[in-house]
Amino acid sequence: MILRGKTRVFGDHVNTDYIISGRYKFKTLDMRELARHVMEDLRPDFAEEIETGDFIVAGINFGCGSSREQAPLAIKYAGISAVLASSFARIFYRNCINKGLPVVECDTWGIAEGDELEVDLGKGSITNLTQGTNLKAAPLPSVMSAILAEGGLAAYLKNHGSFEL
Amino acid sequence: MGKTISEKILSAHSGVDARAGQIVVAQLDFMMGQDGTSPLAIEAFREMGASRVSDPAKVAMVIDHSAPSPLEGVSRLHALMREFAREQGITFYDIGQGVCHCLIPERGHLSPGDLMVGADSHTCTYGAVNVFATGVGSTDLAAAMMTGKLWFKVPQTIRIILDGALPEGVCSKDLALWLAGKLTADGATYMAIEYEGEAIDEMSVEARFTLSNMAVEMGAKAGLMEADAKALQWMREHGARTLERVESDPDASFVETLEYRVHEVEPMVAKPHTVDNVAPVGELEGIRIDQGVIGTCTNGRVEDLEIAAGILRGRRVNPDVRLVVAPASQRVLLEGMDRGIIRDLVEAGAALVTPGCGPCVGTHNGVPGDGENVISTANRNFKGRMGNPNAFIYLASPATVAASVIEGSITDPRRYLSP
Repeated sequence: MILRGKTRVFGDHVNTDYIISGRYKFKTLDMRELARHVMEDLRPDFAEEIETGDFIVAGINFGCGSSREQAPLAIKYAGISAVLASSFARIFYRNCINKGLPVVECDTWGIAEGDELEVDLGKGSITNLTQGTNLKAAPLPSVMSAILAEGGLAAYLKNHGSFEL
Repeated sequence: MGKTISEKILSAHSGVDARAGQIVVAQLDFMMGQDGTSPLAIEAFREMGASRVSDPAKVAMVIDHSAPSPLEGVSRLHALMREFAREQGITFYDIGQGVCHCLIPERGHLSPGDLMVGADSHTCTYGAVNVFATGVGSTDLAAAMMTGKLWFKVPQTIRIILDGALPEGVCSKDLALWLAGKLTADGATYMAIEYEGEAIDEMSVEARFTLSNMAVEMGAKAGLMEADAKALQWMREHGARTLERVESDPDASFVETLEYRVHEVEPMVAKPHTVDNVAPVGELEGIRIDQGVIGTCTNGRVEDLEIAAGILRGRRVNPDVRLVVAPASQRVLLEGMDRGIIRDLVEAGAALVTPGCGPCVGTHNGVPGDGENVISTANRNFKGRMGNPNAFIYLASPATVAASVIEGSITDPRRYLSP
């Protein structure tokens, strides 16, 4: 799958409370409602600024904190096509794959706000069309690629009934 | 070559010779969700086409994050959990029973050497009793309920040796914060930690839970300890099925071994807005406090309340400060009542709330006002964590919180040590 969009840049250690605050997440299973509050404590108008297909780009330890799956879901329902970060917190990383939100671990240093990127998930390559540079992504374990390819863990298990290594 | 605790537990549950870096599918001994994560797990469970959980005896759901419900929307999600629990015959802990991480080991669901997952990041708490326990999201919990299994990447292990004894007035919470400062918020990402040494040997099992609880604040997947006689005794008293401990081999391969002498650790405070932003309490004395919180899965057990009561007994919470106390479970509340600890805290001016997560996650029970400073025994101080992004959260031990709410400002609890 090849994704193309503009970047929205954040810093290091963006935690799940920033992605979607506990003020909202316990109230509803309506992810469209939660998506309206994505990143609100860091950038109050972020949800409105997003254009469908945009990428979130961040530094180290993105998604640290709680295990709430509302975090990847709020990002996904807000119209973000993938998250690129220098490193991810492990529960968040796993949750993204399970919910079918592509995560790309790569050296994000140097990517600027509004850069146009082309991300080839299959090849693990990132082209910064604005800066004319190329980046390489850390490969996904095969079990994760298989889950992501089917759109998430629920679909994967519905199709396979169990885990296949 | 020898194995770490993680490699041994994951080998025993997967039937393969599991080594760090490898991916295995492993049988689970137990799985758990709370009210922030279970509703999505139930939804995912249905999406997977599942109708029955693979073994109801291995599943528990707990209502602790918003208990009792403060809102209509929350009540709807709680009702969904109650209905699922009835339908599936799983263990269900409704409001007032306590925080999942206090309840699960307390009510006999775990034995040393077990493999379990919980849909809550602080599931790593049970590493203190030799259980490989790790946090997952709702969909992984759904997969676990459906199949009884989950895939794991076998983690590498950092070994932390803690030599010497903690000085008087210094709690395991101070050590947890001090370590978070040393390793930083992502210093152990994707890895397990094994804690050992004299400082661990000397600690009560309750104090050990505090240390393992905060392993995830350094990014760790598990915060493991070996089960010594004290841990085995505790597990026996709390209904463990078996008492076979799992130890790492002398020739096990660790990614790093860190050795610290803990006799110089002071009472520590994490400043807003990250857990690893720590300083000795002395550097922060005098900062105004508007609200104190004693409780949570980190520090809401009997020993924690007792430490706070020891300082607050016969004294008063400063009139400009509110103190919220949330016992971590109903049993903690009852024992605290029987032993007069709760009376001491309430007489000092504490507002006692329902056993559960209390105000930690910002859903109810004490959301701070704009510009207010909170000192809390919780494990996270992210901006907005307690429900208001314009408040400032300091993390500390029960002793430091107790001393600070008396003074109305951050205070070194060693000033209150009995002579």
